[in-house]
Amino acid sequence: MEHKAHKLEIFRGLWKFKSNQQKIWGVLFFLSVVTIIEVALGILKPEILMNTFLSTKLINWIFIILTLIKAYYIAWDFMHLRDEKSGLQASIVITLIFLIAYLVFILLVEGNYIYDVLYEGFVSWNF
Amino acid sequence: MSTSISSSLQEEDLWEGGNKPFKASYGKLMMWFFIVSDALTFSGFLVAYGFSRFKNIDSWPIADEVFTHFPFLHGVDAPMYYVALMTFILIFSSVTMVLAVDAGHHMDKKKVTFYMALTIVGGAVFVGSQAWEWNNFIRGEYGAVETRGGQIYQFENQITGKRVALRDFSMSQPKDRTQNLRKKGIWFTSESSLPTFTVDEVITGFRSNNDLIIKTEKLDEKGHKIRLSREESLKKIQQAKYVVEGANLIRNEYGNRLFADFFFFITGFHGFHVLSGVIINIIIFFNVLIGTYERRGHYEMVEKVGLYWHFVDLVWVFVFTFFYLV
Repeated sequence: MEHKAHKLEIFRGLWKFKSNQQKIWGVLFFLSVVTIIEVALGILKPEILMNTFLSTKLINWIFIILTLIKAYYIAWDFMHLRDEKSGLQASIVITLIFLIAYLVFILLVEGNYIYDVLYEGFVSWNF
Repeated sequence: MSTSISSSLQEEDLWEGGNKPFKASYGKLMMWFFIVSDALTFSGFLVAYGFSRFKNIDSWPIADEVFTHFPFLHGVDAPMYYVALMTFILIFSSVTMVLAVDAGHHMDKKKVTFYMALTIVGGAVFVGSQAWEWNNFIRGEYGAVETRGGQIYQFENQITGKRVALRDFSMSQPKDRTQNLRKKGIWFTSESSLPTFTVDEVITGFRSNNDLIIKTEKLDEKGHKIRLSREESLKKIQQAKYVVEGANLIRNEYGNRLFADFFFFITGFHGFHVLSGVIINIIIFFNVLIGTYERRGHYEMVEKVGLYWHFVDLVWVFVFTFFYLV
């Protein structure tokens, strides 16, 4: 079976590798750095990041963005999506992004609404 | 089969009617189909968790105060370190998996064997860690009481600001209540084990220890749990109805009931994926050992289980964020 050539660069060509193995270690290094940043932020919890933006704390936005970055590199380099045809990439990624974004939007808005009803209504928190 | 296809292609590489769509083999495409649908299943679970959390946004348990254990460090408050370690273990076993796939491309049987073995070990360590995590979660550490309204009250020392366990202050009283077992009572009735202390013992102990206050489930604007004053605590403790130690599917000492339910369900479902991944990896590992893929001429099977394995890692990245960080 013929195998396709690997694209041996990440960060849009900023970091180039000589072999596929090297690229794997490079990606591992990057993922580890991101995880360490996440854990450090989670333990330190700097006060300045506790302010809310779009009804979510800044620190949580950072966590979510870092998670999506990690997910991108796992899918693109570990799951070899970088070497697949763009049609395959699109049919996987767009499907998931569209459906998940829809689900997140509808359920979180609904959860927030129920919170408001319970908060402003006559339902006692404790009785 | 069409005759127009060039003869250099093997017939088994072709789908009915032409070349491989997306230049990916049938097996790989189907694995991607499965991964996309499984990703939607997991996002359904995680979004349901988000729904319940938004619904109880001002009283959800804080993960740092729940997951504080680290092996061999008893009594040390170590939030997050253990899950961070688990994350690294899983990412690392993902790396050995890609290395196995890469070695497969070079038809290097020895290296594939070695890296597959490492991957299996990493997966097994991860499942074991999760079992340990569950064990701590189910057993609990401090204990709490639940009120008639279903709220959890935890106890804190107002001078040191540290959590206090039920066993440290509850007054032992003579008990006439024992666990109802089938052999002791009526043959069709039994119950699960009783908490170590009765509500009365906790309340008496709480009254006689002036340093103790109640830590409620409610969060203030800064996201810290609200503590009651001593006077208020004495009033509120009357409402205690159950003693809660650890967690089960009905109630847990950490706070909202749904929290433990989602924890068991989501990490359990993910753990089951890891377990099945390890089993599939073992099957492929033995196939590599007996030379099945060497004879087949390619190691695509390793690539396919690799896809599944990385997917499990990918899901953990999200579970880690939404359960432990956010």
